[in-house]
Amino acid sequence: MLDIKAIRKDFPILSRTVYGKPLVYLDNAATSQKPSSVIETITNYYQNYNSNVHRGVHALSMEATEHYEAAREKVANFIGAPDSTCLIFVRGTTEGINLVASSWAIPNLGPGDEILLSEMEHHSNLIPWQRVAQITGAVLKFIPVTEEGVLDLENLSALINNRTKLVSVTHVSNVLGTINPVKELARKAHNVGALIMLDAAQSVPHMPVNVQDLECDFLAFSSHKMLGPTGIGGLYVRPSVLKTMQPFQSGGEMVKEVTFTSASWNDHPFQFEAGTPSISASIGLGAAVDYLQSIGMDEVRNHEMAITQYALEELKHLSEDFIFYGPNDISIRGGAISFYSDLVHPHDLGTILDQEGIAIRTGHHCAMPLVRERLKVSATARASFYIYNTESEVDQLVKALKKATRIFTNAYKKNI
Amino acid sequence: MDYSFDINSLDDLYQEVILDHYQRPRNKGVLTNPDISSKGFNPFCGDEIILSIKLDSKGKTKCILFDGQGCSISQASASMLTELLSNKNLDELKSISYSFRAMMRGESLSSGEMSLIEGLEVLEGVRKFPIRIKCALLAWAALEDGIEEYSVKVLKKEP
Repeated sequence: MLDIKAIRKDFPILSRTVYGKPLVYLDNAATSQKPSSVIETITNYYQNYNSNVHRGVHALSMEATEHYEAAREKVANFIGAPDSTCLIFVRGTTEGINLVASSWAIPNLGPGDEILLSEMEHHSNLIPWQRVAQITGAVLKFIPVTEEGVLDLENLSALINNRTKLVSVTHVSNVLGTINPVKELARKAHNVGALIMLDAAQSVPHMPVNVQDLECDFLAFSSHKMLGPTGIGGLYVRPSVLKTMQPFQSGGEMVKEVTFTSASWNDHPFQFEAGTPSISASIGLGAAVDYLQSIGMDEVRNHEMAITQYALEELKHLSEDFIFYGPNDISIRGGAISFYSDLVHPHDLGTILDQEGIAIRTGHHCAMPLVRERLKVSATARASFYIYNTESEVDQLVKALKKATRIFTNAYKKNI
Repeated sequence: MDYSFDINSLDDLYQEVILDHYQRPRNKGVLTNPDISSKGFNPFCGDEIILSIKLDSKGKTKCILFDGQGCSISQASASMLTELLSNKNLDELKSISYSFRAMMRGESLSSGEMSLIEGLEVLEGVRKFPIRIKCALLAWAALEDGIEEYSVKVLKKEP
């Protein structure tokens, strides 16, 4: 069992109040809070060895480079990459997916080739492929989502066929919480010679993830959702694929030898990291990985399963107007719970909960096609948990939702 | 905005009149052959308003309907708009819309402007929730877009 009380002390922000009430932060799928160790690591870089990396012969630059590359080692090791040369630092999951679209998909795909996505993708794993399709003539296909909120794999053998060149799916849905059977998808993709990319923005922060065990070719994730700073994330690329990829952005750092008219590319991963990188953020991400590893990812996952199970049970006590999305089976869901009530629109729920100091997310969660065309609502409300959330916070959520229901029910009684 | 104390203004936001319009929307629907039709969409929250307006021979509003989905504030504001704007010409619609915007920006209004937007004062409480001001303005932004498009396309006025 985690010592949540001790963990909460590591996060300075959790002791603040909002409108005079203790902050209840349940918007972790959007971004997570940061422990002191991460904040201090970033401050330490700026106060003591701020310098550019991979360039200077002076002490500060060497120190910065050492810390920067040590962070890469930590992150690569954290996701089970064979070594750190296949871990590219990117701005976040979105940039990671865009990098694969630009550097691998556009040069390799042509008319009639198929890219298989799912209906539960975040816009970041949809729009880049729409652009690839426009540019290359490739066709987008979608794995449907069932009523229960899981991938419908019934027609998978037709969806993954000889024309399929890439399967790109979310590991864990940011709306439904569903954990997808990505290893099975990876095997099916490889059977037809296709590659597989995983949007791991909602998995790497919350559960043990091993890229070699998952047999994926590309995997992208964001630091800010895993206790680290914004503006940094990781893209893993299978080494044999990495060698075949074209450059992404070009400029300094990504080159070896340059003439007025030509250039040769640096070794990877540096080839994909043009310009001065986000040094402080990378080192901060390394500190976040240290923090998560000190707890243990199995413990993180266990805590989230327990609190999600508790929340699902407690939320059932709300009025019947509430609809909850995603699977009931806790073994295939992460710590995000989306819900909707006809009585109180999600946006109104968000405002009423905010007045109680409770932060949740409302809207389409950057998955507009899923929310509007499959769930058939204009928006949902979403509570999402992390290692520092407690059962008492779930109780406060339920209480505030009851209050919201009361405000609108009383008005309704007057208005009929 | 000061988040450090309890401003306790939910009552200002969810006034009876507003929840009444939300739960019993007036003039809801879509006209089949409107003179002006316009859609407002807020990608941030997914709120959607469709306005359709029929004008009479003098160019005054004969019928205004709204359709859409979204939060109580966006839908109530649209419902109130349809009630307030009947039998008005396009210039009057614009003046009312601008006055409403001015109120939502917190500007002080003349008594003439106040009387133009009579009944809409209940939405002033939304100002305490900056993120929700857009909800209150969604229908009005659609109205302004619709008038603009009608002026350019039908009345051939310079944009």
